[in-house]
Amino acid sequence: MDAIQKKLLKEVAELDALPVGAYNIRSNGQSAARNTTASIDIVTKEDKPGIDIIIKPGTKNQSVHIPVIISQSGLKEMVYNDFFIGEDCDVTIVAGCGISNCGGEDSRHDGIHSFYVGRGSRVRYIEKHYGEGTGRGKRLMNPTTVIELSEGAVMELETSQIGGIDDTLRVTKAKLGDNTSLIIHDKILTEGDQKAKAEIAVELDGNASSCDLISRGVAKEESLQEVVIRIDGNAACHGHAECDSIIMDKGVILATPQLRATNVDAELIHEAAIGKIAGEQLMKLMTMGLSEKEAEEMIIRGFLQ
Amino acid sequence: MLKLENISFTADDKEILKNISLTVDDRFVAITGPNGSGKSTLLKIIMGILTPTTGRIWLDGEDITDLSISERANRGISFAFQQPVRFKGLRVRDLLELAGGQGKDGGERFAHACEVLSEVGLCAKDYINRELDDTLSGGEMKRIEIAMAAARGTKMTLFDEPEAGIDLWSFQSLIHVFEKLYQETSGTIMIISHQERILNIADKIIYLKDGVVLEYDERERVMEHLELDIRPGTCAALQKYQENCTWGNGVN
Repeated sequence: MDAIQKKLLKEVAELDALPVGAYNIRSNGQSAARNTTASIDIVTKEDKPGIDIIIKPGTKNQSVHIPVIISQSGLKEMVYNDFFIGEDCDVTIVAGCGISNCGGEDSRHDGIHSFYVGRGSRVRYIEKHYGEGTGRGKRLMNPTTVIELSEGAVMELETSQIGGIDDTLRVTKAKLGDNTSLIIHDKILTEGDQKAKAEIAVELDGNASSCDLISRGVAKEESLQEVVIRIDGNAACHGHAECDSIIMDKGVILATPQLRATNVDAELIHEAAIGKIAGEQLMKLMTMGLSEKEAEEMIIRGFLQ
Repeated sequence: MLKLENISFTADDKEILKNISLTVDDRFVAITGPNGSGKSTLLKIIMGILTPTTGRIWLDGEDITDLSISERANRGISFAFQQPVRFKGLRVRDLLELAGGQGKDGGERFAHACEVLSEVGLCAKDYINRELDDTLSGGEMKRIEIAMAAARGTKMTLFDEPEAGIDLWSFQSLIHVFEKLYQETSGTIMIISHQERILNIADKIIYLKDGVVLEYDERERVMEHLELDIRPGTCAALQKYQENCTWGNGVN
């Protein structure tokens, strides 16, 4: 792995070396390294590109890293990764994609991650998208995440895209059974003429199911962001969505929360706010010695923390 | 030493400060006076948040009138706002470490942040990682605001009504914060306050009214005059209020 690939790996998965536990590192369309454990198996799909990650019932305190890195300009790929998480597990999954494009052709990674989470399991999923490079070729990513939570399962997603990706459509769809809980923290920063669209749709089908969807975005310069969050309450459930954005320069933000209830016991709430950085926030940090620019950076860093 | 030279401030055709000249070389100075007398405006002008319409400001012999807020902060001025600002995402520790972090490594910064938090009566363990958003009450925000200004330990610290929104129990620890800051820095503390207990520990008091410094003297002398002024029936503000209060007359 060369220096660029190592840097990408560090950015998307915070890895300086091969991780502990199960992993599959995909580099420029190929599997570059893989490790399985007694309880976590990773199998290459035969019918299409991608892998199956099979986590045995009762697997606790283990992690799986599946970062994707692309440093070859012009590479385009579509990958299907399916996660089968058995009952009563407690695992952390670290995904993410980094593209370095110094060439003239567009590089693109599209991925569909499907999670089938067994009864009573807890999953923490971290996905980071990162782009860099000075070439004219664009860096494009279109991730789709599909989630099915069985009774009693809990899943927490932390997804982020902090600059560097020219165009993205991020789709997340989830179906929740009885007594399940889904928490999503989505963070996005766009700059230049980047475009990003996020669509999150959650169906609360089970009794006592709940979701808390928090989207925070910062649109700088002439970038465009669109967020559509939809919650369907089809049972005695509780859903909360919050889209909170900071707009700067000539950025454009369109936030659309949607709630649909088909059950009288569904309790659904949404909040959406778009605004610039408040003058008094800048002022406060400047009274502590920061320049206006440093204050702005600190506020954004905190907002997306 | 802080020197204000012919400072005036006009906003919306209203003269808020009228040609104020002052030299502050005492360690603990309280600013008091009726609402609308220009106290907050004066402190904001010293910090650089507001620009005076006329006049110059000198700090230790340097003309700081044209310096920005950040430059003044880096020259050693700190400010605790009357109404603390909330930040989504930034935690108590982020700002406290920024305030008191200079020349310290990560561990020391954290320890210092915890220490100042305890000094304002907040349990560091419970608050250090809290977000500075609307999950904190007004009183909690206020104490953190005071901790941030004190944590900087600069040669001049300005507090705009630090006691507002602070309960009785916290008030004692507030006084302790000022005393500690007084002992640890060799600097000046300027506090806008209406509280007798704060006025009582000041070296000098500035009594501001209608944009004019009526008194700037030793505490005892100013307090004497203040007592006269606030005696029922002689308070100018009260008299004025009564004079204007003619709506009751002539109504049948």
